[in-house]
Amino acid sequence: MDLKLKALTKSIWVFHAATSPCNNCDIETLDLLTPRHDIERLGIVLVGSVRHADALLVTGVPNYKTKERLKKLYSQAPKPCLVVAIGGCACGRIIFQESYNSPCAVDEIIPVDVYIPGCPPKPEAITAGLVKLIKKVRGEK
Amino acid sequence: MMILFSYLIFPGFLFSACVGLIAGWIDRKVTARIQWRVGPPWYQNFVDIVKLLGKETVIPRGAAKLTFLFSPFLGLLSAALVATILGVTVRLPLTSFAGDLIVVVYLLIIPAISVIIGASSSRNPLASIGASREMKLVLGYELPFILSIIAVIIKSSGGIQLGSILNHQINFGSNLVSWSGALAFIAAIFCMQAKLCFVPFDMSEAEQEIMAGALIEYSGSALAMFKLTKAILLYTIPLLLVILFWGSNLAPLALIGKYIALLVVVILIKNTNPRLRIDQALRFFWGPVTALAVIAVILAIIGY
Ligand code: SF4
Repeated sequence: MDLKLKALTKSIWVFHAATSPCNNCDIETLDLLTPRHDIERLGIVLVGSVRHADALLVTGVPNYKTKERLKKLYSQAPKPCLVVAIGGCACGRIIFQESYNSPCAVDEIIPVDVYIPGCPPKPEAITAGLVKLIKKVRGEK
Repeated sequence: MMILFSYLIFPGFLFSACVGLIAGWIDRKVTARIQWRVGPPWYQNFVDIVKLLGKETVIPRGAAKLTFLFSPFLGLLSAALVATILGVTVRLPLTSFAGDLIVVVYLLIIPAISVIIGASSSRNPLASIGASREMKLVLGYELPFILSIIAVIIKSSGGIQLGSILNHQINFGSNLVSWSGALAFIAAIFCMQAKLCFVPFDMSEAEQEIMAGALIEYSGSALAMFKLTKAILLYTIPLLLVILFWGSNLAPLALIGKYIALLVVVILIKNTNPRLRIDQALRFFWGPVTALAVIAVILAIIGY
């Protein structure tokens, strides 16, 4: 495998894209960056600008407004850009499937690399998901 | 040939970038330990740079393309040049040309200017806020920085060559141990913090309020250039301070010890302070810090 991908797996800068979640998944995601879980030891850093991002952490069910924003965000991110769907909402819209303002799921807008189910998933589950993402990029099983 | 070698490899670009990236790792690691975390492995910053070089460089629609891509190189080239001049001076004082101190002071402003140019050409409102903050900050810290350098020049009987300042300190002891030198050193440490764009003076890149501000539109290799510039500055500016104020003994081990001591001071200031607003920063630099530097100059003139 080439150097580029190898470097990518060791330093994933994540951008947190909250597409109308109930905010619980966001808090669990932020827990990852706190001293207890310290995701920086894997080289994962939260960045403020989508131009610096290597991975989008998407939480929540897209509605009519955030759907457009999410599409735009993905097109603004420099490629290769990975997408992680965090929480049941982002994975499959759970109870909001029939909702009047939920046009589609995240993976109908942008390609999702890893799904992390849970409502909300624990930080440990998110870490496990990120490890799966790294393995997927490296082409391991 | 020799000049090219020293610019590109030994005290210049490659060497200073490596040292700077490792210093950046020390910064991240110490920060992590202060926050009771584990922190990244030592090669983290190298991996970051390699990764950024491998990514796509997006040019935002409507941006001035040439300026946008050219400004990172401007900063990188001048930072590497400063690293070369300082490195050569440390190894063989007096081989450099007369007046190199003035050249160094000028070249050290160029990275900040390159950030301003790049941000303004990127056509992003947050980037222009970052650029304007950076501009005000430069205006703020240049005055006390130059004043404290003037204090050093007066102390070393008017030498404007780094080598002669070093020789003077070797003969008469470090500038740091005199009253004027100590005051100027304290002022210069604050200016160094601002020149490195570290908390509490990182308002041009405030991640939380203006999302990386001046660098918001940069991606891929252009961002890598800016990161490398930052790394080289993290090596050169503390080294410049060591040469100017603490240069009585520059044997390799002593030099490394002094550099790391300054680095730790920078990291501690960074980790124990909140970010200032831009008006507070300007008031700080034009008030107490300038006063400190002026007192240092006066003391230097009357011979303390
Ligand atoms: S998955 Fe659950 S916790 Fe997460 S945003 Fe949806 S409803 Fe909230």
